[in-house]
Amino acid sequence: MSREHGAATVIDRRTVLKASLLAGGGLALDLLIPVPVLARGENADVAGSRSIAELSAFISVAPDGTVTIVAKNPEIGQGVKTSLPMMVADELDCDWQQVRVVQADLDPQRYGEQAAGGSTATPDNWLPMRQAGAAARAMLIQAAASKWRLPVGELTTSKGRIVQRGTGRSIGYGEVATLAATLAPPDLKTIRLKEPGQFTIIGQPQVGVDSAKIVRGEPAFGSDIRLPGMLYAVYEVAPANGGRLVKADIDAAKRAPGVKHVIPITGNGDPDGGLADGVAIVASNWWLANQARSKLAIEWNASAAKGHSTKTYQTKADAALAAGVGAVLRLDGDPAAKLASAAKRVAARYEYPFIAHAPMEPQNCTARYQDGKIEIWAPSQDPQDGVEALQKALKISPKTVTLHLMRAGGGFGRRLMNDYMVQVAAIAKSVPGVPIQLRWSREDDIRRDYFRPGGWHSFEAGLGSQGELVAFTDHFVTFGDGKEPARAAGLNVGVPPAGLIKHLRYSQSMIPTIVNTGWLRAPGSNALCFASQSFLDEVAVAAGSDLPKLMLALLGERREIPASAHRPSFDTGRAHDVIEKVTETSAWTEKPKQPGTAKGFAFYFSHRGYFAEVVEANVSGGDVTVHKVWVAGDVGNQIVNPMGAENQVRGAVIEGLAQALTGQAIEFIDGVPQQSNFHDFPLARMPMTPEIEIAWVKSDKPPTGLGEPALPPVIPALTNAIFAATGKRIRSLPITLKSA
Amino acid sequence: MPYRLNINGVTRDVDVPRDMPLLWVLRDELGLVGTKYGCGKGLCGACTVHVDGSAQRSCQLPVESVANAKIQTIEHIGATAIGARLQQAWLKIDVMQCGYCQAGQIMAASALLAQTPQPSVGQIDGAMAGNICRCGCYHRIRAAIQIAAGAHEESSHVT
Repeated sequence: MSREHGAATVIDRRTVLKASLLAGGGLALDLLIPVPVLARGENADVAGSRSIAELSAFISVAPDGTVTIVAKNPEIGQGVKTSLPMMVADELDCDWQQVRVVQADLDPQRYGEQAAGGSTATPDNWLPMRQAGAAARAMLIQAAASKWRLPVGELTTSKGRIVQRGTGRSIGYGEVATLAATLAPPDLKTIRLKEPGQFTIIGQPQVGVDSAKIVRGEPAFGSDIRLPGMLYAVYEVAPANGGRLVKADIDAAKRAPGVKHVIPITGNGDPDGGLADGVAIVASNWWLANQARSKLAIEWNASAAKGHSTKTYQTKADAALAAGVGAVLRLDGDPAAKLASAAKRVAARYEYPFIAHAPMEPQNCTARYQDGKIEIWAPSQDPQDGVEALQKALKISPKTVTLHLMRAGGGFGRRLMNDYMVQVAAIAKSVPGVPIQLRWSREDDIRRDYFRPGGWHSFEAGLGSQGELVAFTDHFVTFGDGKEPARAAGLNVGVPPAGLIKHLRYSQSMIPTIVNTGWLRAPGSNALCFASQSFLDEVAVAAGSDLPKLMLALLGERREIPASAHRPSFDTGRAHDVIEKVTETSAWTEKPKQPGTAKGFAFYFSHRGYFAEVVEANVSGGDVTVHKVWVAGDVGNQIVNPMGAENQVRGAVIEGLAQALTGQAIEFIDGVPQQSNFHDFPLARMPMTPEIEIAWVKSDKPPTGLGEPALPPVIPALTNAIFAATGKRIRSLPITLKSA
Repeated sequence: MPYRLNINGVTRDVDVPRDMPLLWVLRDELGLVGTKYGCGKGLCGACTVHVDGSAQRSCQLPVESVANAKIQTIEHIGATAIGARLQQAWLKIDVMQCGYCQAGQIMAASALLAQTPQPSVGQIDGAMAGNICRCGCYHRIRAAIQIAAGAHEESSHVT
């Protein structure tokens, strides 16, 4: 990735405000406020890996009182198009009903980071967004004070009006907005932000700003864009990633109904984020373009993918695990000696498959190339990265690209990659002046994913005479070129029990792959948590204890373990509190009476969120039914939008259950993914959805993000429940009980 | 082939191959983009429309098979009493996350309520099992259907 950031930077740059007159009267306010820049992938969890850009939030107050707030980040269903403007509006102290939210185009000079990843939008924007709103409010008060010839101290605000204390005299924001635009902006240091108890919009359930449009079926998504003269495209690529185009017979496809252009394209030889070789079919209707694919006769060179098969990977992993411990990533104390002298040893091997993201809206992107300039409509989680990728692939100047951010029908990390954007740009460049909408079929979307990589963990634990954990080792077999793990295939060596026990070793072996890998919701944690919390449950059982007790014992006294190069600071007290909470809400110590029914527990800390979860499941005849999931989460002292927050948690839990229970796995034969649609890559459906009870533990820390951290613990909580119900350990995903 | 279609009470003329699925007639010929493409195989329900009142997957309906039918899409469902109630319920508890599947969900739900005005939870789950929501908004979809059916009014639906 081109934009990972290594240097720690302190947020101490001066904030600059710029006020101006809105066209037609009113106040327009630009704020240059330092905001952290998103770090990618596993690094998203690392506090030190962030640098700073300047946010120029844009607020305007029209003479009629309408407040317009720019939503700067991509909306993928995580709710930022609503929650970030809520932060601005609350400090501005306006009525949420007066607020109009408009989506920003890509303009990093103006808006700083515009990406959706790593559950970072809430923590990164919590202060700057509120400062922006508070600064605008201060200017409006100042304008009213000047108009009324009153001291500023006599004035306050309520729901978009400036009110004189004691008298009830008031004036609307719009009525003083034009005057406010002539004032010097305040020094941000003098602006006081609200105390949590004073919020009127934050903390209240607010309906998403696009929801009304969506229930009426109005255009809202990237694939809904319709431009005059637009044509629709498909892009045929090699069945295995990286396959090169040898020759293409395109005559029959050219003659197919509705087809306007058939364009063989030679890529830039970078199958991982660049432009793949392919043949574009452009037609008057997407279905006609897609139908014409069967008329293409293409010869591919897929020799590089030979042998890249699920079975081969399994054999290589077996060999790596048998050969030793691999490369040592972290060594604390002397785990080998402590294992040798342990009162009891527990060893187990865990594994999980590649899986796809499968957002409901398949990848798509729209572009028009004209007079050396390109305009793009992109549902992307990281549009700036896409612009850089297409500049590289097409050798065009950054100044020639205009990008409109489109609402995406789900992201889950898939749209952090921008291959579709590069492809549509290449196609549009071949037919100048014609707007092109590239759409992938569902089959394209699943087969061309940047998959969550599979992996293997060989764990061993040593217990002392009191059943305490004294040594822990994990040999992780992952995918990579031998030097670095592939994208999203690394091991975070800060993960507990690291830091909580004295004798520990994390080591790693790598298997080369030509498969594209990528970040899936809670990357680095979604699979590791399954393996490590399931194994620690085995350790707890061996110690005659249970996992909540083992975790509490490991966490020890309340303290903050400072941020390291590997992870953000970790507060054992916050972990302790969510564990206690979920054991209370789930009545953990009460065992279900129904035969084949039991509870399981897991805890995880990822993306700065602390989550403990309990699953109650029934197993009968090889069928697993989840009755209920209890969640206790700590993401700080303020839930910004409870409406969206609970949905994020439920969605994360359901996604985790789908990964475990529906049979999700992508298999490869010579690099070719064998699954292609929802019949062989299933998702969760309504009837399998259990009751989910959420309890927030509100610590005194500032709010952090919710897109990801609720997902990881649900999978081991389920596998641990299955063990408690049946005595069978689930050491491999997806869960299969019937054949066993 | 020329076809005269009745869509949302309006006559629309199109000239397309006879096997073109209704979904692509709606989206790419007529610009009715509220109906969504999710799988193209009738597996996800994102493309659900009403054909003579019954919920159908428009990605599986060749245009020639609906030439004489009354077709209704999400763009027009608010004009029906049930559709309007569902839209209000959807907004009352803000069902959606990404929102992409919701047109199909509302179309499936309105066909259910037309047939079964007071569905049980089991009936709702059964009728909605063909509609995937990748974001996992199932609790709220279920609750919104109950609200639109006149039940569930006082309970805490933001759950």
